[in-house]
Amino acid sequence: MLTSTFYTQLAEICPGNRCLTRAVDLLPYESDALTAFRATPGAVVLPETEAEVIALVRLCHQAGVPFVARGSGTSLSGGSLPIQDGVVIALNRLNAILKIDPEQRTAVVQPGVINLNISKAVAKHNLYYAPDPSSQSICTIGGNVAFNSGGAHCLKYGMTSNHVLAMRVVLPDGEVVEMGSESVEGMGVGPDLIGMFIGSEGLFGIALEITVRLLPIPEQYRTVLAAYDSLESAGNAVAAVVASGLLPGAMEIMDKLALKAAETAVQAGYPAGAVALLIVELEGEAEQVEHEFAQLIDVIKASGAYEIQVAETAAQRAKIWKGRKGAFSSVGRLSPDYVVQDGVVPRSQLGKALAEIERLSADYGLAVANVFHAGDGNLHPLILYDGRQPGALEHAEAFAGEILKLCIALGGTITGEHGVGMEKRAYMPLLFSETDMDAMYAIRLAVDTKLVANPGKKLPSDEAPALKLHGMHPLEQAGIISRE
Amino acid sequence: MQHTINPEAHGPRGAAMADAVSACVHCGFCLSACPTYSVLGEEMDSPRGRIYLMKSVLEGDLAATDAQPYIDRCLGCMGCEPACPSGVAYGDLLTSYRALQEETRQRPLIDSVTRRMIVETLPYPKRFRAAAKLGRLGKLMQAALPDQLGAMLGLLPDQLPAPVHLPAKIPAKGQRRARVALLTGCVQTVLAPQINQATVDVLTANGVEVVIPQNQGCCGSIMSHIGETQRAQRLAAHNLQAFPTDVDAIITNAAGCGSGMHEYGLLFKGTAQEAAATHFAQQVQDVTVFLAALGLRAMPATQPARRVAYHDACHLAHAQGVTDPPRALLNSIPNLTLVELDNDLCCGSAGTYNLEQPEIAAELGQRKAQSIIETNADMVVMGNIGCFTQVETHLARLQADVSVLHTIELLARAYQ
Repeated sequence: MLTSTFYTQLAEICPGNRCLTRAVDLLPYESDALTAFRATPGAVVLPETEAEVIALVRLCHQAGVPFVARGSGTSLSGGSLPIQDGVVIALNRLNAILKIDPEQRTAVVQPGVINLNISKAVAKHNLYYAPDPSSQSICTIGGNVAFNSGGAHCLKYGMTSNHVLAMRVVLPDGEVVEMGSESVEGMGVGPDLIGMFIGSEGLFGIALEITVRLLPIPEQYRTVLAAYDSLESAGNAVAAVVASGLLPGAMEIMDKLALKAAETAVQAGYPAGAVALLIVELEGEAEQVEHEFAQLIDVIKASGAYEIQVAETAAQRAKIWKGRKGAFSSVGRLSPDYVVQDGVVPRSQLGKALAEIERLSADYGLAVANVFHAGDGNLHPLILYDGRQPGALEHAEAFAGEILKLCIALGGTITGEHGVGMEKRAYMPLLFSETDMDAMYAIRLAVDTKLVANPGKKLPSDEAPALKLHGMHPLEQAGIISRE
Repeated sequence: MQHTINPEAHGPRGAAMADAVSACVHCGFCLSACPTYSVLGEEMDSPRGRIYLMKSVLEGDLAATDAQPYIDRCLGCMGCEPACPSGVAYGDLLTSYRALQEETRQRPLIDSVTRRMIVETLPYPKRFRAAAKLGRLGKLMQAALPDQLGAMLGLLPDQLPAPVHLPAKIPAKGQRRARVALLTGCVQTVLAPQINQATVDVLTANGVEVVIPQNQGCCGSIMSHIGETQRAQRLAAHNLQAFPTDVDAIITNAAGCGSGMHEYGLLFKGTAQEAAATHFAQQVQDVTVFLAALGLRAMPATQPARRVAYHDACHLAHAQGVTDPPRALLNSIPNLTLVELDNDLCCGSAGTYNLEQPEIAAELGQRKAQSIIETNADMVVMGNIGCFTQVETHLARLQADVSVLHTIELLARAYQ
């Protein structure tokens, strides 16, 4: 429990109704987009300036109170889940786009800026911000940085880490540091601190100001839908497209169940009855896109697609993507509960992975809807279950765990873009050796001596056995001694 | 989302509320479509947060009085519904929840007075006309009044237009193509009777015979949307009797009324009139939907150049999903350039919202007026009397020279 002194200090930094402590105000923050986990924070604070964020972090560090930074609460891995009785630092009001430099093609933004709002703000310069997580209409850049968010178009353009040039961050002990350089060329000197910070899931502190790279809006898009009668042939088509030398902006697959949900939600006119739908988008200079388009159609025709559609208008393209990007949530129409998985396999193993998931689905007696970034080999099986049945969640989680083990066995990994969060931390030791885990714990401890920054996420909360030998001293852990 | 709501414990609409909560997956896609979230930036003032709070109250884990300020701040604009991939029937949840709470609700005196004035005057044109006249006197002492009453007076025009009487039946011009009944509305007949006249003009010019049930009254939508279920049912029941059933459609030109009448089935859920109400609801069409489906007759080719911004009224675009028909009708007017607004959030009018939550309403009104000004349009058109007054007021505050018209008024002008 937080002390009254601490509450007073919090309210001094964020006075009045910017320091939320009543049950009614805390309840809506107790979960993010992974509702299987809930925790009630001791307080939610709504800072409005960078100085307030720094003061809050310093206060938490000084008092040894755990905190989690929160943007729009869209994490699918429980990354922004509150720490029980800890502090939620909600960054929604730090939402200014501080600078747009069309010549350098950069923008400087605060962490609470919504991903899509950057593209909206720079569209008049014919520029956009490339990483496009499906939740881009609401997810914040701060969250994208914490989880190295991807999206459909990361096949061609890479993840958040490929688009952040510089950052100012407050470390868990309140120290403010600058990383990177506003110059696109300036990243090559010294250790890649930005690379270390991005994807650290809040364990290394809070990004206060982020300089992002902008790209020119593609001159032309060609969005092709290809319908298949099996997931395997759609998966093989992905391999064929890549083997032909093409690098589309995005290659996505939705299976029958996901299509049903998405079609109900947006009426995009996806080919009816498809067992698997492949969406391929080419983008770039008009002449090149047209040339590639002819090549793509040939490859797809040869891949056994029984129906091919091409988006004729911008509105049609928007609808295709709206359905795809809302696909996870629209599965809520089919089932009261689901677990979204985020495993990755080498592209060549896609067919095998999908067949195995299908087999597991039958074994577990749980339906699976598949929506995935096929071009990246990033699977998103949604396991449907009814949480009202006792033990159903645990059953679904066991199934999800098998999928992760499968991804690891096929040479892949446990997260493509959603992060480890609360959900997958137990699987980290399956992916990493004890030495690797120890190294991670050691780095984490060096940055966050009191373990106040989003503890319990990403790394298993029970310290790895090896850590007990050379990690924190038991007295240090109990807060009795300190290395400071 | 999991919940432990017992639907049977919350009356005939318990199941509708429980279903809406079940459908929510807490993904947050609704947040960017929520006007109050855009102004206040906190979870409790978002659709997702409100669903969570309503869930907690219905589960018995939270006192209704604690959640009330946040539920009250919801505009009911339904912007979240089309934004929701999971298909949460937020409107059904909100209306049902408000109705449930209204039964036991205690309000501070000033709120009770405001609400009393709303429920006793707005639905009744004669009373409203009298009140509006009195209100003009009241404007003299506006500064001394509490916020809510001040806001109410601020929205009244300086002069009321002369009443327009519409006969029981107006024949179609040329060959008759359809026969409809028109809801003339309550507030609108007092503040903007020319909208009904324009509706009749455009319909008849397009070969539609218009029936005006003479003993019709308020459709009850405003009452239904603020949780005054019994009043809403009384008003709606009256209109169920007053309207003929042998027409091709029941036409409304007010988005708020249209959305409310489409919900008659829910309003009468579990009563003897449920079937009749559901049938009535199926006949209701916004005038733009009806005309776009019917197809417009040609209008004079020589028209002045017009640069027109279209404002999506929430109760038309979100609650009824009507966005294309009014644009299609406008685009059929020769020499007209249609421009879109950057800001597609609610204008803050939202039924009685600008009376009950004047501060947020004013912020949203100003943002909307600003986005209209940025389009350099000569006029802004929309399909709802509520937005009309709000947008006009805020454009005037920013001293903008943009005229505000109902979609049907502009069409009527084009036919002149």
